[in-house]
Amino acid sequence: MVELIESVIRGLGRGSVYAMLALGFVIIFKATRVISFAQPAFMLAGVVLVTYLVVPLGFWGALAAAVALTALLALGVERGAVRPMVGRPAFVVAIITLGVDIAVRVVVTAFIGKDVRFVHDPWGVKTFDVGPVTIQERHVAVIATAAVLVAALFAYFRYTRMGLAMRAASYDQEAALAQGVSVGSVFAVSWAMAGGLAAVAGTFAAAGEAVDGLMWLIALTALPVIILGGLDSLLGAVLGGLIVGVLQEVVANYQNTMTWLGGNVSVITPYVVMLIVLLVRPYGLFGTHEVERV
Amino acid sequence: MRGRPLLYTSYGSDMALFNTTSKKATVGLLVLAGLALPMMLEDRWLSLLATCCVAAIGAIGLGLVTGYAGQVSLGHAFFFGIGAYTSAFLSGDPNGRTMGLGYTEMLLWLPAAGLVALLFGVLVAPLATRLRGLYLAIVTLGLVFIGQHIFGEWHDLTGGTGVGRPPATLHLFGQDLATTGPSFTRDQKLFWVMFVLLLIFALAARNIARSKVGRAFNAIRDRDIAAGIIGVNLARYKTVAFAISSFYAGCAGALLFTIVGFVEPGSFSLLLSVQYIAMVLIGGAGTISGAIAGAFFITLLPTFTREVQPLMPFVSAEASQTPNIFQMEAILYGVLIIGFLIFEPRGLFGLWIRVRTYWKTWPFSY
Repeated sequence: MVELIESVIRGLGRGSVYAMLALGFVIIFKATRVISFAQPAFMLAGVVLVTYLVVPLGFWGALAAAVALTALLALGVERGAVRPMVGRPAFVVAIITLGVDIAVRVVVTAFIGKDVRFVHDPWGVKTFDVGPVTIQERHVAVIATAAVLVAALFAYFRYTRMGLAMRAASYDQEAALAQGVSVGSVFAVSWAMAGGLAAVAGTFAAAGEAVDGLMWLIALTALPVIILGGLDSLLGAVLGGLIVGVLQEVVANYQNTMTWLGGNVSVITPYVVMLIVLLVRPYGLFGTHEVERV
Repeated sequence: MRGRPLLYTSYGSDMALFNTTSKKATVGLLVLAGLALPMMLEDRWLSLLATCCVAAIGAIGLGLVTGYAGQVSLGHAFFFGIGAYTSAFLSGDPNGRTMGLGYTEMLLWLPAAGLVALLFGVLVAPLATRLRGLYLAIVTLGLVFIGQHIFGEWHDLTGGTGVGRPPATLHLFGQDLATTGPSFTRDQKLFWVMFVLLLIFALAARNIARSKVGRAFNAIRDRDIAAGIIGVNLARYKTVAFAISSFYAGCAGALLFTIVGFVEPGSFSLLLSVQYIAMVLIGGAGTISGAIAGAFFITLLPTFTREVQPLMPFVSAEASQTPNIFQMEAILYGVLIIGFLIFEPRGLFGLWIRVRTYWKTWPFSY
């Protein structure tokens, strides 16, 4: 039982990282109807920036600076590679972001180099006990950060002018344009937000661990998450992230009782869950069913 | 009808395999040149070109499902893997380290590899018929990860990650193609076989594309609901598209590793899928000749960057230094994909159309 609770808490920590990444995907999707495969590159860029900035600025300062810089990078990508493609099929734009991802990731990985780099977070692998359950501080930290960010985002979309504009643009771009919403700046803000979220997610994913180029695979796991939650649902992204995170950790905890599945089966759990959910609900758990016209 | 190349007097001649004389002539010349190549080139170029031919088979297959039928598949690495391991299993040494049955004849394992991959394609198709666009892309991406896990863990069949196993053996009509014989070298024989196979597969694909099935694919790509309304059975044709494309991928997967001489489960990663998507898009989606051109282009790219490396002194040839050619190569991939999609969405085929139109209408620009 203790073991199960511990793995669920670890899973919530991991799930919070997925939730932040998935939110980035969903925000971009809602604004532009495109899945940005560049998120892994933004995440990696954020982490690497933190590892460089943490020495002069401290952890939180470095995090803030990395978020700002990654958001700027995302803005640049949007402006340079995605904006010229407005009106073209979503798949083509998605492949462009894939190209961006490959190119940016090579540059970022070059900056990791051969040394072991750390984000020097204040938690490391320190733990505390609640009764018989041992909890790692970094998991609490990421859950709290994600909760604050999610609350802030939902408030932003609910109460600010720009948030309203973004909701309007995602509902109907032409109608929003006619009402005076600058759809171009909606695109830009969405990409910047997604870049910033990816940087935060990456930094917390790297807390207590060494940074390496393979971290981008974490961001790919956010893809089954958004499919599970529904491509256009913010709530779905958060819940989907938590569900997938918990499932992964629970499976990782008990997989030695199921050796016939092979080692590290937790890595592919999200994809298997995604396939099963899609067979039952083709638009994910919370996604809206698309109305199609010819 | 002489001197009127665009005048067709029957539907049949309009839909013919090569509907103009110049097409017939160019293809004929290319085939002759291809058959003569092994006599003129060094062996290392021949094995590279043989790889290009196999890659072209895979790209044509992906082009059928993505370019013609408009169903995005990022999961082709999985079907490549199925093909590679089916063929390796059938032709492997029964007493070896990894599983094998010892049927070394290529005429046996090549169709088998395609058919097993086709079977998996049909299994995946129910998902494809329910999903569209990006949902489908991500689901097929999931397939790659699941496949990689199975290939990596099934040690008896695949040898396991980082270890690998020998691929299928190249025996055709009892002849061993993988060794240098008295009259021809290994690479010469390899190139001939792969080139002929490419011809067969390309002609088959071209024929599929100009048949009823191909027109149904195009209708689905252009607007699936409209296609459904005019009577195209969406579920059936999407399944057919996936099946054919998986068959091509299975065959290409089986052949690809016979050239390298080694199969490792790590090869069937997302990167492989992205490479083939890049071939189709850079070559020109929805054309057979474009897929072939794209496959040659992408496969020759690493060699090209290595050849021009001496011209760029700031780029190192060592993997341990930081602007090195491997990084340049990866960046070039990304930049080429972005560049082609933004500036020439029809790919290499589109560039050719531009050149052709220029000369056709010369001296006028329209």
